[in-house]
Amino acid sequence: MAEVEETLKRIQSHKGVVGLIVVNAEGIPIRTTLDNSTTVQYAGLLHQLSMKARSTVRDIDPQNDLTFLRIRSKKHEIMVAPDREYLLIVIQNPSE
Amino acid sequence: MEIVYIYTRKRSEFGRQCNFSDRPAELHVDILPDPAQALNFIERNPCDTASQCSQDMSEHEVNTERFEMESRGINHVEGGWPKDINPHEVEQTIRYRKKVEKEENYVNTIVQLGSVMEHCIKQNNAINIYEEYFDEDTAVEGTDEAPSAKTINIFRDPHEIKRTATHLSWHPDRSKKLAVAYSSLEFQRAPKNMSYDSYIWDIENPNKPELAVKPASPLICLEYNPKDSHVLAGGCYNGQLTYWDTRKGGQPVELSSIEHSHRDPVYKVIWLQSKTGTDCFSVSTDGQVLWWDIRKMSEPTETLILDISKKGDLSNALGGISLEFEPTMPTKFMVGTEQGILISCNRKAKTTADKIVCTYGGHHGPIYALQRNPFFLKNFISVGDWTARIWSEDSRDSSVMWTKYQMAYMTDGCWSPTRPTVFFTSKMDGTLDVWDFVFKQNDPALNLKVCDDPLYSIRIQDNGRFMGCGAKNGTATLLEFSSGLYTLQRNEKNLATSMFERETKREKILESRHREMRLKERGKSEQGRESDTREKSLNEGELIVMAENDFFETLEAEMSKREQEIANKKEMEQKGKKDYFDEKEEDELKD
Repeated sequence: MAEVEETLKRIQSHKGVVGLIVVNAEGIPIRTTLDNSTTVQYAGLLHQLSMKARSTVRDIDPQNDLTFLRIRSKKHEIMVAPDREYLLIVIQNPSE
Repeated sequence: MEIVYIYTRKRSEFGRQCNFSDRPAELHVDILPDPAQALNFIERNPCDTASQCSQDMSEHEVNTERFEMESRGINHVEGGWPKDINPHEVEQTIRYRKKVEKEENYVNTIVQLGSVMEHCIKQNNAINIYEEYFDEDTAVEGTDEAPSAKTINIFRDPHEIKRTATHLSWHPDRSKKLAVAYSSLEFQRAPKNMSYDSYIWDIENPNKPELAVKPASPLICLEYNPKDSHVLAGGCYNGQLTYWDTRKGGQPVELSSIEHSHRDPVYKVIWLQSKTGTDCFSVSTDGQVLWWDIRKMSEPTETLILDISKKGDLSNALGGISLEFEPTMPTKFMVGTEQGILISCNRKAKTTADKIVCTYGGHHGPIYALQRNPFFLKNFISVGDWTARIWSEDSRDSSVMWTKYQMAYMTDGCWSPTRPTVFFTSKMDGTLDVWDFVFKQNDPALNLKVCDDPLYSIRIQDNGRFMGCGAKNGTATLLEFSSGLYTLQRNEKNLATSMFERETKREKILESRHREMRLKERGKSEQGRESDTREKSLNEGELIVMAENDFFETLEAEMSKREQEIANKKEMEQKGKKDYFDEKEEDELKD
């Protein structure tokens, strides 16, 4: 337990980190540092996107798998670390 | 060599049905080969044959059917929770989350993912891999490009019977919407079953109008209220004034009563800059300017009759067809008339006669557009007949600048809201001209063929970047100009100031010169009154012949001048000189 808290806190303390969300396999946000409506939106959309990205990678080569997803936008970089059960989403403002 | 074989048959057997039967082959002629002939044979060498290397092509045209599209939305709600948990119950969701967080799998996963994530975050913070190294150069480029414009969207009148797009108005905030008034301007030739509706378009969606406004008579003009973007005022063909509230739909909120309205089509409505934001005024070819308060539409709050003899006689009034009002000068306004005379008025004058301040004359036909320069309020533009004229308030006898007579009739015009030296004119041949009188005076800086049908109305958006053009066939074309046409150029305001001043001064000098000459002539004529009477005795027939001769002489002179000009131009092009022939200077010399 404490280990998890420590990890998450450390991630948040890095420069430019705007928010952190943990999402389960159904797309339900488990942990978040953002407000509710933003969290639900990010969780729903990024869950879908990473599922699609994973199936794309696997369709190309069934022995391959998605390990990380970075989305660079004008304002942020959204990083998604996927796992079988959970997604860890971090929104970072790298120019900050 | 001749081979002849003769069939013989009795005359009575002609035309009978044939009866074919088998019989052995018989030899009629036998020609033996002649070796001497073979010697005469000449082989053809070389041989000529024609062939074509290019691919065969053909041209086909297909007119695809236009599809009406529609956009729909769905509102997604939060989902994915287990069946026994209601996502709206905070307690249940918190309990579920707590449960998940205690799972061993969760702890392991997060710790593992956390280290991966941290690595990436550190990467991002260590170096910006998307750094722009050549930022500055791109900003410098692009200022010197040639002016251009591109069509972004075309909004077509959705009805079978096409009407003219007579007036356009931009939504005052953000300009995402365009209100277009549709009506048939041909007198008593409106087709049967013509729709009366006018439309508000979302500029992103050309497939379907956002709202249809339904007047009692076709709208000639439709204008957004700059203070309340939900309210629109419209002038009808039958002379009534109507207003709409878009929140209440397409039916008019109120109509002016027919007996107190205009008696001719309302050609222009402008909103006044009042505190309540409910006042507007309208002009019509019946010779009246009426002021309205939309809270009380039963009768106008004020009336002005456009009688320039200042007697207030309606039968003697000039028909107003365009209107000018500058919010920073709330008491002044100007009216352009069908007779080609501009009337400058003052609303707050003490007597009705004083309300008509002065007139400016110079056009040979109706003045379709009138606008003050947004930077130099003393100077204004008028568009009518085949020219656009720029005036100065100080010089009443003549305009200070004008365009050449164009080959097609001009229908509308306006200033650029962002550049003091740029104005736009539309013409009957479907072209739009963009003029920049600092860059070029005798020709437009940009000439653009917008559509094949005559253009009737143009309207520029507030930041000068987009323009709507209404055409006779009911299409409203949305154009986007290149950045050079809407960004203020260096030193432009100063150049414009000096230009206006110079032209006004020149006009004044010419005016005083004319006055002198007239005085001299008067003096002379008094002396030579006797000879005058003799001249008068010339009979009318001779006078007509003289006038005719004069007319044809000027025509011929004009023709030869034009030819010469063309020749000159060609010559210049050949020489590669970029000098432009300044017609204006020549005019000055003549004067």
